[in-house]
Amino acid sequence: MQAQPKQATATGLRFKLKELKKYRALMLMAIPGMLYLLINNYLPMFGVVIAFKDVNFAKGIWGSDWIGFKNFEYLFKTSDAFIITRNTILYNLVFIILGTSISISLAILLNEIKNRFLSRFNQSLILLPHLISMVIVGYLVLAFLDGNSGFMNKTILPMFGLSEVSWYSETKYWPYILTIVHIWKGVGYSCVIYLASIIGIDSEYYEAATIDGANRWQQIWNITIPLIIPVITILTLLSIGRIFYSDFGLFYQVPLNTGVLMPVTNTIDTYVYRALINLGDIGMSSAAGMYQAVVGFVLIIVANYVVKKRNSDNALF
Amino acid sequence: MPSNKLYQWIINLVMLAFSAFCIFPFLVLISASFTDDMEITRNGYSFIPKDISFAAYGYLLNDAANIARAYGITILITLIGTVAGLILIALLAYPLSRKEMPFRNVLAFYVFFTMLFNGGLVPTYLVYTNMFDVKNTIWALIIPGLLLNGFYVILMRTFFSTSIPGAIIESAYIDGAKELRIFTSIVLPLSTPVLATIGLFLTIGYWNDWFNGLIYVTDKQYYSLQNLLNRILLDVQFLQNSQDGISSELAANIPLKSMRMAMAAIGAIPIIAAYPFFQKYFIKGITVGAVKG
Repeated sequence: MQAQPKQATATGLRFKLKELKKYRALMLMAIPGMLYLLINNYLPMFGVVIAFKDVNFAKGIWGSDWIGFKNFEYLFKTSDAFIITRNTILYNLVFIILGTSISISLAILLNEIKNRFLSRFNQSLILLPHLISMVIVGYLVLAFLDGNSGFMNKTILPMFGLSEVSWYSETKYWPYILTIVHIWKGVGYSCVIYLASIIGIDSEYYEAATIDGANRWQQIWNITIPLIIPVITILTLLSIGRIFYSDFGLFYQVPLNTGVLMPVTNTIDTYVYRALINLGDIGMSSAAGMYQAVVGFVLIIVANYVVKKRNSDNALF
Repeated sequence: MPSNKLYQWIINLVMLAFSAFCIFPFLVLISASFTDDMEITRNGYSFIPKDISFAAYGYLLNDAANIARAYGITILITLIGTVAGLILIALLAYPLSRKEMPFRNVLAFYVFFTMLFNGGLVPTYLVYTNMFDVKNTIWALIIPGLLLNGFYVILMRTFFSTSIPGAIIESAYIDGAKELRIFTSIVLPLSTPVLATIGLFLTIGYWNDWFNGLIYVTDKQYYSLQNLLNRILLDVQFLQNSQDGISSELAANIPLKSMRMAMAAIGAIPIIAAYPFFQKYFIKGITVGAVKG
């Protein structure tokens, strides 16, 4: 509104202060939420210093001795560091690739359904797993995999003449089980996002393509997919930024926190939790937590930079 | 085109198969909760119960006081958390949406940065247990992590700045309305879609949360429903695996398997039953969430 003329810094500041007074009600409104973020997000950020300390509660956190990178040394000397990093990244890569392709395929199929009722009906059913907590998912998986009464062992495997499997003690099945559970729970959500962007595509493109003699398949391949690439990029970018994080519930609840399975179910998140709660090893778990936060931060910045270079409209920030 | 009908059939079949895959586990769960425990031991969980039995639910009635309290806690935290969260989010998002607000970009960055970097579990845990002492209080289930997050603030800010015409605010201002008045009687009533969406996200977040309970609550009095479910899942496991004579004898009298499924059904049914009523908002909400902030 007011044309802001070039002024000396002093006048500029006075102008700002006047503005501030004018908008103090708005400022006041923002304060509670900002305080919450301060407590919930910013104070813990300062807490990362714990990773560099030998925490001694008698001395208090600030009074504890600095030990430099010792906690990180301990962490990276264990075999755990490699396993949890490998698991976190590999699971996330599989989840991103499979999850994205399955949800795009489902979204395209849903869009092809002409009957509105059936389309809605399917949308509701595939979204249902998203509403359920991971604890309940743990129960559902147990109903299927329980050693002596699970649905798999008692109904499915006998149908194919296979013998029973002791699911909760065999590591080799868990990469598949966890992937299936992840897809089952999450695919409906991203499918609806893709569906929304497909519905938003101008129908003229398709009409023109039909006149040119393009069949359904060609239309999907040459119109639908290219036009939803921005959404695919953003969602993939978000997941790549979170590639060092994992769904704690999936990796802790679904295998029922079973020790034998840890080589294939332990991720950075579950490791941090166990080191903190079960072992009480504050130093090591905060070192692992900081490793995760810093690498995660770098990854999201890099991923965003790469996308921005190629097409700035698709970048997150 | 003659093949069009066939094409529709195939697509419908594929989609229905996938939908069946999505709800099948729920059906097995509910069916198992109504099955006689001996039957489960003999033939395993099944899709259709042969011997219908309400024993599992009957057994849970013995524990009705605990379950009812857990329900009460869950309802309470969901109500308080959703309402308080919505208020905080809206109050923070609104100033960010006003273009003439001083320091607007600094504030926006303050909110946005929380989405990029965090201190991790250990410092968060220490802040809440040492500085604020929320351990074993109702606040432990409401405040940490769930109340407000940067993403919701940015979502709501985007809605305010794109859907509420600046001219309305300006004319109210000229008519002498104060900021708070403008906010409550003009901005909020025009923003029901985004309020419903974020309210729903918050509700689902609180209803399903078990993580805060896991790390901050050890006192049974403050177990939420999900938390209780979590402990029962692990406790029953413990009872079942125990070689100890006393507890396996105790375990023999409890319809363990069907009871566990009945417990899970009790936890899942409210949200499944409510789903048809809020499904419209939910799908809309996901769509809104997909729009870049």
